[in-house]
Amino acid sequence: MNLATSYLGLSLKTPVVAGASPLTGDLDNVRHLEDLGAGAVVLPSIFEEQIEQENQLIEHMDTIGIDSYPEALTYFPARGSYHIGPGRYLEVLRKAALAVDIPIVASLNGTTDHGWVKYARQVEEAGADALELNIYLIPTDLDLPGHEVERRYITILNAVKQAVSIPVAVKLSPYFSSIGYMATQLVEVGANGLVLFNRFYEPDIDLAQLTLLPNLELSTAAEIRLPLLWIGALSGRVQTSLAASTGVETADEVIKYLLAGADVVMTTSALLRHGVGHMKVLVDGLKSWLAARELDTLDRVRGRLSQHNIADPAVFARANYIRVLQSYQSNT
Amino acid sequence: MAKQITTMDGNTAVAHVAYRVNEVCAIFPITPSSTMAELADEWAVSGIKNIWGNVPVVQEMQSEGGAAGAVHGALQAGGLTTTFTASQGLLLMIPNMFKIAGELTSTVFHVAARSVATQALSIFGDHSDVMAVRTTGFALLSSGSVQEAHDSALIAQVATLQSRIPFVHFFDGFRTSHEINTLTLLSDADIRAMIDDEFVRAHRSRALNPEHPFIRGTAQNPDTFFQTRETVNPFYAKLPGIVRSTMDVFAKLTGRQYHLFDYEGPADAERVVILMGSGAETARETAATLQRLGEKVGVLQVRLFRPFSATHLLAALPETCRALAVLEQTKEPGATGEPLYLDVIESLAQALSRGERPAMPKVVGGRYGLSSKDFSPAMAKAVFDELKKPAPKNSFTVGITDDVSHSSLEVDPNYSIEPADVVRAVFYGLGSDGTVGANKNSVKIIAEDAGLYAQGYFVYDSHKSGAQTVSHLRFGPRPIHSPYLIRSANFVGCHQFQFLERLDILSLATPGATFLLNSPYGPDEIWDHLPRSVQQQIIAKKLRFFVIDATKVAQEVGLKKRTNTVLQTCFFALSGVLPREEAIAHIKKSIQKTYESKGEEVVQQNFRAVDETLSRLHEVKVPAKVTNRFDRPPSVPANAPEFVRLVTARMFEGRGDQIPVSLMPVDGTFPSGTAAWEKRNIADEVPVWKPDLCVQCGQCSFVCPHSVIRAKYYHESRLESAPHDFQSAPVNARGYPDVRFTLQFYIEDCTGCGLCVESCPEHSAVDPGVKAINLKPKAPLVETGRANIAFFERLPVNDRARVDFANVRGVQFLEPLFEFSGACAGCGETPYLKLLSQLFGDRMMIANATGCSSIYGANLPVTPWSKNGEGRGPAWSNSLFEDDAEFGLGFRLAADKHRDLAVNLLRSLSSELGEDFITAILTAPQIQESEIRAQRIRVAELKTKLLKLAGRNDAGRDLLSVVDHLVRRSIWIVGGDGWAYDIGYGGLDHVLATGRDVNILVLDTEVYSNTGGQASKATPLGAVAKFAAAGKRVARKDLALQAIAYGNVYVAQVAMGANPQQTLQAFREAEAYEGPSLILAYSHCIAHGFDLRYGMKQQDLAVACGYWPLFRYIPAMRKIGESPFRLDSPRPTIPLKDYAYNELRYYALALTQPDEAAELLRRAQADVEEKYRTYEEFANLRGGPTPAQVTTAVAKAFEVSK
Repeated sequence: MNLATSYLGLSLKTPVVAGASPLTGDLDNVRHLEDLGAGAVVLPSIFEEQIEQENQLIEHMDTIGIDSYPEALTYFPARGSYHIGPGRYLEVLRKAALAVDIPIVASLNGTTDHGWVKYARQVEEAGADALELNIYLIPTDLDLPGHEVERRYITILNAVKQAVSIPVAVKLSPYFSSIGYMATQLVEVGANGLVLFNRFYEPDIDLAQLTLLPNLELSTAAEIRLPLLWIGALSGRVQTSLAASTGVETADEVIKYLLAGADVVMTTSALLRHGVGHMKVLVDGLKSWLAARELDTLDRVRGRLSQHNIADPAVFARANYIRVLQSYQSNT
Repeated sequence: MAKQITTMDGNTAVAHVAYRVNEVCAIFPITPSSTMAELADEWAVSGIKNIWGNVPVVQEMQSEGGAAGAVHGALQAGGLTTTFTASQGLLLMIPNMFKIAGELTSTVFHVAARSVATQALSIFGDHSDVMAVRTTGFALLSSGSVQEAHDSALIAQVATLQSRIPFVHFFDGFRTSHEINTLTLLSDADIRAMIDDEFVRAHRSRALNPEHPFIRGTAQNPDTFFQTRETVNPFYAKLPGIVRSTMDVFAKLTGRQYHLFDYEGPADAERVVILMGSGAETARETAATLQRLGEKVGVLQVRLFRPFSATHLLAALPETCRALAVLEQTKEPGATGEPLYLDVIESLAQALSRGERPAMPKVVGGRYGLSSKDFSPAMAKAVFDELKKPAPKNSFTVGITDDVSHSSLEVDPNYSIEPADVVRAVFYGLGSDGTVGANKNSVKIIAEDAGLYAQGYFVYDSHKSGAQTVSHLRFGPRPIHSPYLIRSANFVGCHQFQFLERLDILSLATPGATFLLNSPYGPDEIWDHLPRSVQQQIIAKKLRFFVIDATKVAQEVGLKKRTNTVLQTCFFALSGVLPREEAIAHIKKSIQKTYESKGEEVVQQNFRAVDETLSRLHEVKVPAKVTNRFDRPPSVPANAPEFVRLVTARMFEGRGDQIPVSLMPVDGTFPSGTAAWEKRNIADEVPVWKPDLCVQCGQCSFVCPHSVIRAKYYHESRLESAPHDFQSAPVNARGYPDVRFTLQFYIEDCTGCGLCVESCPEHSAVDPGVKAINLKPKAPLVETGRANIAFFERLPVNDRARVDFANVRGVQFLEPLFEFSGACAGCGETPYLKLLSQLFGDRMMIANATGCSSIYGANLPVTPWSKNGEGRGPAWSNSLFEDDAEFGLGFRLAADKHRDLAVNLLRSLSSELGEDFITAILTAPQIQESEIRAQRIRVAELKTKLLKLAGRNDAGRDLLSVVDHLVRRSIWIVGGDGWAYDIGYGGLDHVLATGRDVNILVLDTEVYSNTGGQASKATPLGAVAKFAAAGKRVARKDLALQAIAYGNVYVAQVAMGANPQQTLQAFREAEAYEGPSLILAYSHCIAHGFDLRYGMKQQDLAVACGYWPLFRYIPAMRKIGESPFRLDSPRPTIPLKDYAYNELRYYALALTQPDEAAELLRRAQADVEEKYRTYEEFANLRGGPTPAQVTTAVAKAFEVSK
């Protein structure tokens, strides 16, 4: 059975991709994921903000109490600086690129223009096959108009594309007034792929301590509807690769995304929940589904239910909404 | 090859050479020499090679005695070996030094010369240590500047290899070891060219070698020892010539010529001063000034002090000399003069007797510069002037006012010889604001980038928290040979506005100087906020006055409290030391270099700081008249005790140099509790109490490192006279409806560490983030705080007999007798000491090992160990670093002896005192506080009776002299892990083995905290520390198990932040146990590299991850058939990493060597798990572990961690 697909111009043996998470920062896991059938692996994001913050924290820790008391003008060996940088990440990337045959996608979460470009160059030099821009922008500034937010995405992508020659994907949030227009703008600037969607980590409240809880809820299969909608809406209509992300718990979600038109399907929460061995469950499930229908390539599946391919494209728009409402009423 | 001009301090300059010409370095930390050892370790870890292309082996030892032994061994095995030390460290090396010299073994010990502790310890510089080793047979070579120390390190090495005589190469502690000066660096090629490898091979050929064995180190008898001792004479006879020729060869190579005795002055000088060390530079500068005025004065600097070459001395000393002063930085009580003086006298007398000199000049000796007392040109001039007199004073002192023996010379305080073309800048800052770092940076910029000469010397506070710094910087067109503090500055920078109210900041400003003030007030409003005396000086000295709100600029650009870049930019903009544009370019280049590894944002923040500075720096138009009436308040109130007013206050004000001899105690005895008079006001934010939320649990006062949180309960009627803002709450106890509770914060003594806030368990149910204690800005609270504290102190102290000692809540009502120390803000050690003082303070003696606890415990100006209202309190003393256990045992021996004596005398007076009364005293139980109180009443009655008897009864008088011992005395031996695990371990082990009733408290920070965080045997596996720059490779020693192996030692491991109740229980059990007790107390520390505000939380994590299990080994339990081993903490609930990686000491390795760090973490985790299993097994053994089981456990734990 041929599960081969193409993503960002790269050839993948299967369409199931391990999304960026702490799991993919471990070289053994990366090797294991390849063995289990992952088509590609996205390494965890380099967070520029975290690097800068840690640098400042280390600088603070390293200078506590210095030059104050004559017997102890310092408290640590003067071995240069304890520089926090992407060094360790790049080392993992370098080793992973050498250790496996499947593509390694680096992920980058920047905050400054120079940060995006600097780290993009570094991951390219370290051997990444592609780069995913994890643009994590929550516009809490009430004076920031929507077009400025969109412009920021375009600016970042443009700067990175100028700096590197490897393919670049953009991981989008679903919170644009017009996602389709945004997608076409990004493709025009040179996005080799779009990843739908980014999940923002929304804080909870601890009622006992009266504090915000910045904890993370893993995604569930119930969350696939929104990305499924937009994969379906964009597939075949924008000239770029599409990756579906969010809610890939079982092979069912993989298949649904493929049917909607995804070139690859990324799974993160399920791997975190069940371990990297779950990759095999997803790939085998896909194979079983295809085998049961005597389908031997993905081409016969991909995009079959996209807006572009279905007979009544209106189901992706308002008509679909009405139908959903009606079915809800009839069930109650 | 072009000369490399650089800047460095004396320690670095010496270590640079010593490292390159040795194969083995055996090291141990001691101020001010530690830097040399630290650098050697860091260079070895970094793979830097010596001149033979190999990396020297650097081995930390357990003491200087151990280092000397290792040096001796390495030398006997043929290694080129060195060590670095000072003061007591050098004294500990003496036995091996005699051996090394007796065996004619080539080595150089590099010594940053420091005072030997006598009536007090001092970390500062003089020659008393090197003078103490002058009989060892080592050659003594002295250096007087950073360049000389650098050069002499090599000259000594060359000479020792050729001569076989070992050398001590010494230079002045702090004045040279810590002064940063421009230096021409010896290249490796220069060093290589000086060393003749034939001598290296000869050194190796003399080594012990089983291929051609011999015996060295025999025991000799009266028949031969004497003759053998005399065999070395020819080697010593040759040495001056060898050193001389080495200096000549060195001069040809480098252009820098030294002599055994360097004379500078006219050939027909009439008055000459002879001295060693950095003081010679001052004397030469002064003499040069006097020569220009026509005075025939010269200076003779001694370099090779041992062997003393009279021939070379006489050759250097002009025959015209009529009067000589020999100046020394040492004191030899009882001698007819100090050592160099006697050598000079002897040399001249011999020459005279041989007819080689026509007449004997007048020769006087004098002392100067003890413990880094500044030696100024004015003092040097005073000496030259003294020599003009017909009968100059002998055995004089200069630099102090000796109104007891009248030895001191008069010094003109206004005499100055500073040249006009040298920029002299003085900066007042805080340790935490980066002033010193910025000034070191400025020295580098000016000397290395701008091609001028520069000198930086830094004076630090005696406190570890809120420390003030004074930077003395000189910049000029010629090499700077002025090793003395600046007294006429043409630039004064005051980087902290509040200093204006404490210090006479402008006293050093010369007329016309520039004054830069970091001020929250702008140029138009600042004048009204200046104390009167500051206004007066600005007008009288016609100062150019500039202000900038550097604090605000730093905050705006994201640099928080670090104002260094802003104020450095101001200095360059105003001082004119470089053209402004050039200076700014240099600063930015330096910023890029310094901060680029810390991230682009940090670089940009500093760039923004530079750019912002120039537009925010304003000149103040100085009014013609003084307008303000207010001035600096007195440093202590008028009602302070006389000693505090006359002595302590002057030290507070930075005028300690002016205190005359007559006011100082003769034997090092100082009054207790003077810290309470020093209101340092170092915190910006202080705790504020919310009585309505407080449950009165006592956690906050328990953890407060500075004893600034006090609690009292009292009848509500007392509130009638309370100040309006005085806070109280109903006491949280049933059955006391009329009783109020107050938690009082001594905010002027608070460091703002925040430990109390973090320890407070009570949160507001409605206001997010609000607890029962919260930090608030201090300024608006000070006035009301003073009134409240005054009222609080008038409330009666709670009766100790009625306080529940058994729980944390009760302990808050016990008066702390250790308060307001200068320990680091958030110190992890001091809460334990405060607890000791609360529980047993009124009957305890403390033997305190040298280290952090002896420094914050008794570093003048103040003493934090205090007294209660009855006049009782801890009797505290520090002997040395290495002997604390023995010292404390001595307390016990004397106490036991005197108690026995008191008992016997008491019995002998039965007819006078009454049998029943005596029996009551002798059989009284003294465990509970109420029992102690009852015994005190009996003893007081006894004293009354004895006083009546005393006139007619010797036994009564004798009993009065020892009667205090009838109240059970609590003996505590306190020290850090450096003492307990390393240098003092032998003594500690021995004391435990005596079975005597002493209590040992180890404040375990797991490093040598006081000297800056060097590894000890308590340092954990995987942690980075100085001397373990690549991470510690073996697990910490399990001292607790070693003590448990004795079977009769009470042992506890505690961590207050994890379980304060267990800590309290362990302290009380240890004290009550009538045998030796050992408590290992986890003490978070600034050297762990994290914000100490979270210190107690880290302690909790240390226990939660199983790294620091809590337990008690109670020997008495065996008697009732219980296991003596009580494991007080649960099984680990989190991985070690979750605790360890909150601290830079662990995390640093993960950043620099992630794979190594991961492996060490894995081993450390395994070690933790194995250790916990072992402890669990012990806890389950009914009779407790046998010594054999303990020994096996220790070995097993070690095996796991390997």
